Amino acid sequence: MRVWISQHWQALGVTAKQFFFKPVSNFLSVAVIGIAFSFPLGIYTLLDNLQSFSDHFVHSPQISLFLEIDATESDIENINSRLESFDGITSFQFVSNEIALAQLQHESGMGDIALHLKKNPLPHAFIIHTQHMPPDKLEENRLTLQQWPAVSYVQVDSDWTRKVHAFVKLGRVAVIMLSSLLGVALVIVIFNTIRLQILTKQEEIEVSKLIGATDRFIRRPFLYFGALQGVVGALIAWIIIAVGAQKINDNLTELSQLYELSLRLNPLSLFQVLLLGVVAGFLGWLGARLSVAQHLSQIEPK
Amino acid sequence: MITFDKVYKRYPDGYEALTNLIFTIDAGEMVFITGHSGAGKSTLLKLIAAIEKPTSGSITVSDQIVNKLKKSMVPFLRRSLGIIFQDQKILYDRTVFANVMLPLQIHGFEKSVMERRVRAALDKVGLLNKEKAYPITLSGGEKQRLCIARAVVHRPLILIADEPTANLDVAYAQNIMDVFRSFHQVGVTVLIATHDQTILNDSTARILSLNQGHLMV
Ligand SMILES: Nc1ncnc2c1ncn2[C@@H]1O[C@H](COP(=O)(O)OP(=O)(O)OP(=O)(O)O)[C@@H](O)[C@H]1O
Ligand SMILES: [Mg+2]
Repeated sequence: MRVWISQHWQALGVTAKQFFFKPVSNFLSVAVIGIAFSFPLGIYTLLDNLQSFSDHFVHSPQISLFLEIDATESDIENINSRLESFDGITSFQFVSNEIALAQLQHESGMGDIALHLKKNPLPHAFIIHTQHMPPDKLEENRLTLQQWPAVSYVQVDSDWTRKVHAFVKLGRVAVIMLSSLLGVALVIVIFNTIRLQILTKQEEIEVSKLIGATDRFIRRPFLYFGALQGVVGALIAWIIIAVGAQKINDNLTELSQLYELSLRLNPLSLFQVLLLGVVAGFLGWLGARLSVAQHLSQIEPK
Repeated sequence: MITFDKVYKRYPDGYEALTNLIFTIDAGEMVFITGHSGAGKSTLLKLIAAIEKPTSGSITVSDQIVNKLKKSMVPFLRRSLGIIFQDQKILYDRTVFANVMLPLQIHGFEKSVMERRVRAALDKVGLLNKEKAYPITLSGGEKQRLCIARAVVHRPLILIADEPTANLDVAYAQNIMDVFRSFHQVGVTVLIATHDQTILNDSTARILSLNQGHLMV
């Protein structure tokens, strides 16, 4: 057991030495891996955030019902009573055109302009909150409301979340495809790196075989090296995305104050980062393993 | 310890390098293998270490039938031997110390044990003051002694040397033969291929003489 540990430890030492012996060329290949992987990782981070952002809205769908501009008091009464007996509505609220105008003046800072208007250009409206319901049910209700007298336009405010969901779904597929392709590319890159390394160490491998090295012993440093390259590549990708998200967040702060929303890109969780490292390490190991299987057997000492 | 029974070796190009070899070397014996250039000395030694396979016949080394050994077991056969190669096989990208340490790393010793043993082996061949040197800076005799140190550092029971005194002057050759004799004295089986006549004359050890792949009697 101690021998076994010390052998692995030595192989790891050899690997680390190897890595830092040629820092420039090793860093370059690892940087390529890192930059390549930052693409799907970045898209993934964006989608992840977009999803949780839109999920936030999906749970309380909101419908805006706008009346005709010339709707009368009795029209409003009529709609009010119809809404009270309507199924699936949790709450609703009447917003008169005066309130709407006052809000507009207040929020947009266009108070002066509004003062000069002879007539209020805004319609009366109802803001309706419904229970959580599937999108097609929501659409059905919207159409029903649309038919009511004196109603000019009904809008489902959370409609865009459906679009976001569809978009995120599509994006997920793209990320999976992109990562799979890059995963294969990683295996190929490591395969080739290890091939070159085996070539330059041909003599050492030959001598080692002649004095009794097992295949496992000879393989070990190469496998560690492949895995290490994968992990460091993933680390670089993660750093790129973390720094990028930080930069975006700096700019989002301003934007979110403008819209009174909490807009923030959340970085990947610790679990996600670990998973990324493990997967990249495994792919690196796999590339090295394939390369070693292909190239070591060709070296038979004479 | 080592037995050849009707061993033939024909290389892939059809050349028969060894013909019907029958002999036994006892444990603790010291034996010379001699013969003209191309007689088959190196081929014989390579068969013992399973570097080449016999075309027919059977080879036994420390109770293992070498020609029937599974590929995965070959490393363990080689670990029981100490081999000095005709073309030396020194690694020039690392120090003398690192060269000698390689067999111990393969065996998987602890670091402190390895360092102690490497120094002991280097001391034995008189290279202790060169441990940090790179092989390129060594003289011919020093390189040979480096090879010996690497071959004995893991304390094998069988020592195999292919032309260990090639290109060395008489004084150096004597010095190297003394090292081999000291291993023989502590019970190591020693097998040396050489065509150096002065060495053969000096020694009382058994001589296996090869001529075009045939064993002379
Ligand atoms: N790999 C090989 N393929 C074909 N023929 C070979 C091979 N290796 C050796 N031979 C031939 O086998 C014969 C014996 O070679 P070997 O190297 O055993 O001779 P040797 O006695 O060690 O000679 P020297 O004293 O020059 O080292 C030679 O004729 C050589 O040409
Ligand atoms: Mg020879």
